[in-house]
Amino acid sequence: MSLFDYKLSEIHNKLQNKELSVTDLVDQAFTRISEREDRVKAFITLDEEGARASAKTLDDKLAAGGTRGLLFGLPVGIKDNIVTEGLRTTCASQFLSNFTPVYDATVVGKLRAADTVTIGKLNMDEFAMGGSNENSSFYPVRNPWDLDRVPGGSSGGSAAAVAAGEAYFALGSDTGGSIRQPASYCGVVGLKPTYGLVSRFGLVAFASSLDQIGPLTKNVEDSAYVLQAIAGYDPMDSTSAKVDVPDYLSALSGDVSGLRIAVPKEYLGEGVDAQVKETVLNALKVLEAQGATWDEVSLPHTEYAVATYYLLASSEASSNLARFDGVRYGVRSDNAGSLIDLYHESRSQGFGDEVKRRIMLGTYALSSGYYDAYYLKAQKARTLIKQDFDKVFEQYDVIIGPTAPTTAFKLGAQVDDPLTMYLNDILTIPVSLAGVPAVSVPCGFADGLPVGMQIIGKAFDESTVLRVAHAYEQNTEHHKRRPEL
Amino acid sequence: MSITDKDVQHVAKLARLNLTPEEEQMFTGQLNAILQYAEKLNELDTEGVEPTTHVLHLSNVMREDEVRASLPIEKVLLNAPDEEDDQIKVPAVLE
Repeated sequence: MSLFDYKLSEIHNKLQNKELSVTDLVDQAFTRISEREDRVKAFITLDEEGARASAKTLDDKLAAGGTRGLLFGLPVGIKDNIVTEGLRTTCASQFLSNFTPVYDATVVGKLRAADTVTIGKLNMDEFAMGGSNENSSFYPVRNPWDLDRVPGGSSGGSAAAVAAGEAYFALGSDTGGSIRQPASYCGVVGLKPTYGLVSRFGLVAFASSLDQIGPLTKNVEDSAYVLQAIAGYDPMDSTSAKVDVPDYLSALSGDVSGLRIAVPKEYLGEGVDAQVKETVLNALKVLEAQGATWDEVSLPHTEYAVATYYLLASSEASSNLARFDGVRYGVRSDNAGSLIDLYHESRSQGFGDEVKRRIMLGTYALSSGYYDAYYLKAQKARTLIKQDFDKVFEQYDVIIGPTAPTTAFKLGAQVDDPLTMYLNDILTIPVSLAGVPAVSVPCGFADGLPVGMQIIGKAFDESTVLRVAHAYEQNTEHHKRRPEL
Repeated sequence: MSITDKDVQHVAKLARLNLTPEEEQMFTGQLNAILQYAEKLNELDTEGVEPTTHVLHLSNVMREDEVRASLPIEKVLLNAPDEEDDQIKVPAVLE
């Protein structure tokens, strides 16, 4: 058994009992990285020197005795759109290929305060725009289960690093499925918290009304530990919610008797692969055997979610990405004679195709004469989509379906067709629009590739989402399988 | 509605992007396909439906207007592509 097969709490006990040092953990992580990273390509920037220095400091602290926090000493990878003081943060864009932040994101500060060790910054689709990691301007990430396939996206580096055992856990961000879909493709646990639960201060903004940071881990218990460390109100993020953060660990009771599950017929309908559907139906039987019940329900506006999302997210992105002008940071073009040229040249050279496409779409949708027809219409459609969820949650505790309609596809298979690529997110996008929490947990395999089950809860009811996911996991072994690399 | 090359040129200008003729052609086709797909929303009757900007019940979050420390100039300039006299330098704004 490798160290990477243990739960975070088991590693914690080993550290506390002095069977292991933080340096051992960091050694293991970099050994794995040296063995696998040339194939997986999950990282953009590694910080071995910084990680070893932190390990030494933490080992001294450990030697001084006393009880340490649960995440103490654990090597973590951070998605490269979350700023880290003194450690290059690129958003996988050439525009920011030289950018070193001068402060930490709130979540990074919280992890540092919990004494974790940052080992590097994780690859992603440029500015989190994409579902396959092929939009990274550095190199695509490979799926550890099949190196010819994509890991999903946009947090593909985060999911692949955890699946390949290169990081003990990782942070990702999710705007329309960017934590859950790669978690599903890579066979790990990915949690998107309720909009507003986790501070976005220091997360490079893509679509501000949707973005959330969350953990990618090997199991549900680890997910609860990491969420506990990063959740909570932050005065630096004016859209962070003033809610009490419950004890997520105590929610993991293993008990789902009497749980009422809703299964939307739209999530098992046309476009969903037959094997994926069967795998998720089998997973529901596991929950049924533990005393849960499920009914088929309808979320009738599901078919409008992708169009709604691409109008809203692209519009917000076109505004958020206006800050990348080549003036204060990032790569400035040498070809500019005037200030206006400098904006045009720096942006045209710095952004990749998908980013330009979404900026163009968003700029068009917000431009004079089209605002009502596109942006406002989409905001109204969003209300209808959210009401679908509100209605179902009047009678049910959770909603369950597949995380993605298929398993991981081959690199290059969808690269020329943005619209088909967008439809991979058809089961995660409605949840993002409704702002509610959801987790993807491994629920089986189809032709050797992981399948994810999505468990969706009421706003700020991460406790129930995690309880159901954990109860399922206790009765299955899928999350213990590791890819052979 | 369908987007023409001219629309794409106009939008690129608003978005401060220079497009090559190939990019212009590619985006015209792709944006048309995406917007055609988005026309689907017209099937929805949204008469009287309030728009959702985001799901939290928040508007105009206020705080006290207090003086707080800001980043020191050296740090702010660390990532500046060009600087002079503790200021970020850019090409001429006016001819």
